[in-house]
Amino acid sequence: MKRGPAAVIINSALGLAAAFALFPLLWMVSVSFMQPGAASSYPPPLLPADATLQNYRDLFARVNMGGYLLNSLVVACGLTVTSVLFNVMAGYAFAKLQFAGRDALFKTLLAALVIPGQVAMMPLFLMLKAMGLVNTWAGVIVPGMAGVFGIFLVRQYARSIPDALLEAARMDGAGELRIFVLVVLPMLKPVLVTLAVFAFLGSWNDFMWPLIVLTDSTLHTAPVALASLSREHVQDSELMMAGSVVTIAPVLVLFLGLQRYYMQGLLVGSVK
Amino acid sequence: MKKRSLAAWMFVGPAISVIGLFFVLPVLAGLGLSVTDFDLYALADLRNLRFVGLDNYGHVLTLPLFWKALGNTLYFVIVGVPLSIALSLATAVLLQSPLARFKPFFRTALFAPVVTTLVAVAVIWRYLLHVRYGLVNEGLGALGLGPFDWLGDPDWSMPSIILFAVWKGFGANMIIFVAALQAIPDDLYEAARLDGATRWQQFVYVTLPMLKPTLLLVSVLTMAGYFQLFAEPYVMTQGGPLQSTVSVLYLMYEEGFRWWNLGTASAVAFLLFVLMIAVTQGLMRLGRRGEEVAAG
Repeated sequence: MKRGPAAVIINSALGLAAAFALFPLLWMVSVSFMQPGAASSYPPPLLPADATLQNYRDLFARVNMGGYLLNSLVVACGLTVTSVLFNVMAGYAFAKLQFAGRDALFKTLLAALVIPGQVAMMPLFLMLKAMGLVNTWAGVIVPGMAGVFGIFLVRQYARSIPDALLEAARMDGAGELRIFVLVVLPMLKPVLVTLAVFAFLGSWNDFMWPLIVLTDSTLHTAPVALASLSREHVQDSELMMAGSVVTIAPVLVLFLGLQRYYMQGLLVGSVK
Repeated sequence: MKKRSLAAWMFVGPAISVIGLFFVLPVLAGLGLSVTDFDLYALADLRNLRFVGLDNYGHVLTLPLFWKALGNTLYFVIVGVPLSIALSLATAVLLQSPLARFKPFFRTALFAPVVTTLVAVAVIWRYLLHVRYGLVNEGLGALGLGPFDWLGDPDWSMPSIILFAVWKGFGANMIIFVAALQAIPDDLYEAARLDGATRWQQFVYVTLPMLKPTLLLVSVLTMAGYFQLFAEPYVMTQGGPLQSTVSVLYLMYEEGFRWWNLGTASAVAFLLFVLMIAVTQGLMRLGRRGEEVAAG
């Protein structure tokens, strides 16, 4: 392939765009290793003059970031496990099982996609309050335990399961649950991973709903804690950058590891 | 067959119950809530609850802060969505070029901000945009510009939040555009080249028309997302300065969960919902009509 001026322009433009995308993240990492107070000097330094782990030590020892990360992990895992299970069951049934009103129900679900979640937030809060779930992790998890998008994703994928395979299993006398566990689930493995990644990232990154439900600060998830810390510690840039690093790192690593599955989900979702 | 139908309901049952109980029901209840004076007193004792008809809507529509928030939100949508889509499309076209190198690296790098935690990156950007210690002003200073008080000046606060939102989100649409670009048959470009079309003409007369359905879809989805602006001002500006970054959703949060005026907040939520539907449906209709004109 010849490398003319066009190639130079295209690759420089891509390089610039990548720098724009990555610079804030790289700078965050750099500042998180600076001595407390070093980032608030003029001109602002690019790299730590005297690298230290002090901010990370403070983060875990002084402001209990470890606890918040653990809270996030519990909430994200709880939501991931339940939502994957419920969505896969429903998506499979919509794709492969016959029941009265199936298509009408599915169409209704798709139509509900246009309703933004905040319309439901006030009554949902009152409902959860009546159920005693306000200020609990269950209150954060429960509304997300099933979602139309997830069901849709599974249904698209499950449609490719051959009916003959399911019929053969039924002929052999297998019950529907047995067929689901032994035949269907193994075939849906890729979409299970996609669904799990979406659920985990979505839950980990979610802000507004945990902010509303979790009033007790010891229960706060990492983003909610980070938001309130950043209001209290406006001057402690180095500490806040360390807090951002530990909040972003888990999801970034998960994404880099399972990128293929994430992108697939994004594309299926976009052709609905 | 009946047994199998029962089994099927067992499979959809849990998901449908969750969606019905924790989404459909609250949406309907929200409509009910918006015609009551539900506030702190009703929260303490339901007997204080009164039916007020459309008073909440009337109250909200005469609230100067609501119109301010609506204006801010529309500013964010009208400037932010085209910018975000333009950057997504530009990077997608660059990534699709046969001359581009290190494609997997570039794709991942450009997409990375999408998966990051919004609150955490908002904290970073708040610092990047700091009037004195921020690198943005440092960079502009080297060019002899500024300093700008990005988040402290009401004229610059919304542009700053738009810049941040574009940075955070453009990668998602980029991936969708890359897939759509791959689906355009090479023959079309070949034919255009034979007719002597320049690269730019190929983009305007082949790429853009072929991307139209994707562009429409991406615009609608992005717009719906941008209408729901909340965490960015919550973390970066707390709605300020001078309420220049109060969004409709921010107003709903403050009304509902800070002042516990849940009736008013529900009215705000439904007004936003109606606006979103009107704008996105209008856009779809416009897009479809464009298609018909092109076909006829």
